[in-house]
Amino acid sequence: MADYTIDETVDITDVVCPVTFVKAKVALEELEDGQVLSIRLNDGEPVQNVPRSIKEEGHQILKLIDNGDGTYNLVVKRITLEDQT
Amino acid sequence: MGTDYKALKNGGFMRQTQKNNFSLRLKVVGGNLTAEQLVAIAEISKKYGDGYVHLTSRQGVEIPFIKLADVEAVKTELEAGGVNTGVCGPRVRTVTACQGSAICPSGCIDTYPLAVEISNRYFGQELPHKFKFGITGCMNNCLKAEENDLGIKGGYSVELVKENCTLCGVCVKACREGAITKTSEGLEIDKSKCNYCGRCAKSCPFNAWKGESGYLISFGGTFGNLIAKGEQFLPIIRNKEILFKVTDAALNFFAKYAKPSERFRVCIDRAGWDNFKKEMEDICNG
Repeated sequence: MADYTIDETVDITDVVCPVTFVKAKVALEELEDGQVLSIRLNDGEPVQNVPRSIKEEGHQILKLIDNGDGTYNLVVKRITLEDQT
Repeated sequence: MGTDYKALKNGGFMRQTQKNNFSLRLKVVGGNLTAEQLVAIAEISKKYGDGYVHLTSRQGVEIPFIKLADVEAVKTELEAGGVNTGVCGPRVRTVTACQGSAICPSGCIDTYPLAVEISNRYFGQELPHKFKFGITGCMNNCLKAEENDLGIKGGYSVELVKENCTLCGVCVKACREGAITKTSEGLEIDKSKCNYCGRCAKSCPFNAWKGESGYLISFGGTFGNLIAKGEQFLPIIRNKEILFKVTDAALNFFAKYAKPSERFRVCIDRAGWDNFKKEMEDICNG
């Protein structure tokens, strides 16, 4: 995987589904196109579902990092689709 | 001449508690109605019924309080509005479906055209007892496939495209069956654990899982007086031609072995699951 620089971070371990995805989506929307967000999320439902929802929104997932403490960091590059404007 | 209530019932006119009033069952396929059909239904319910409709438990629409004297007029007006009457009694009933892959991101199969095909092929076909088809697009099972005499569930059979995989690990977590493990060599899938849900392919950010659509069939579900979950024992079926061979064979089995007024489930229980499974498996294996 190509190198990346994390521009922003968001922690969604303090909320439950479906707010997990909403919080991540809002954080992504505050970024510029091409910027990278690291999302800290819990094991279980969040890590099962949030990556897929972000993919369906059209953003590029770069990496999923296991923090070893029951949380993960999902690294996402914001992609702005033309038809989303 | 007396009223032929049986013929009326078979044609979708369900006798009500109130004498000479009928709740008219309409034909709905896969839970979809056009705006034009809805307008026609609304007008008829106002003109001939009590100004409301009832949504049934299986995506049907009924117009209550149709009077016996108006039956023919209602039929004619419905037809003009592009709406057909439903069926009741010992035959193939409404084919139900979720919205499937055409609408829903979770869908693995296009459910509505399949519901239309099945309905065109079997709707109203006479059998020893009622027979219900239900089609659900994926493992989330919004349409409750196993409640039906014959349930069809969409799934994906998956293959890893190694060169696309970055070992990001998203699919390892997305898989709820624990079928995917990450090793130093790359990803490994235990196909015996795979339930064809397709979540790996749907979640993969790099298109490293190639998912191929297929059908998972369950037989003998019933959720009325007798409650039993449909049994799924065939491998995933990847083409429609085989799917229809199996559905044809299942209906033939039912017609051949069931006693009158015996549900498919009871018929299979009596004729023996081993016999039934063998017949279905032989069809699948060509």
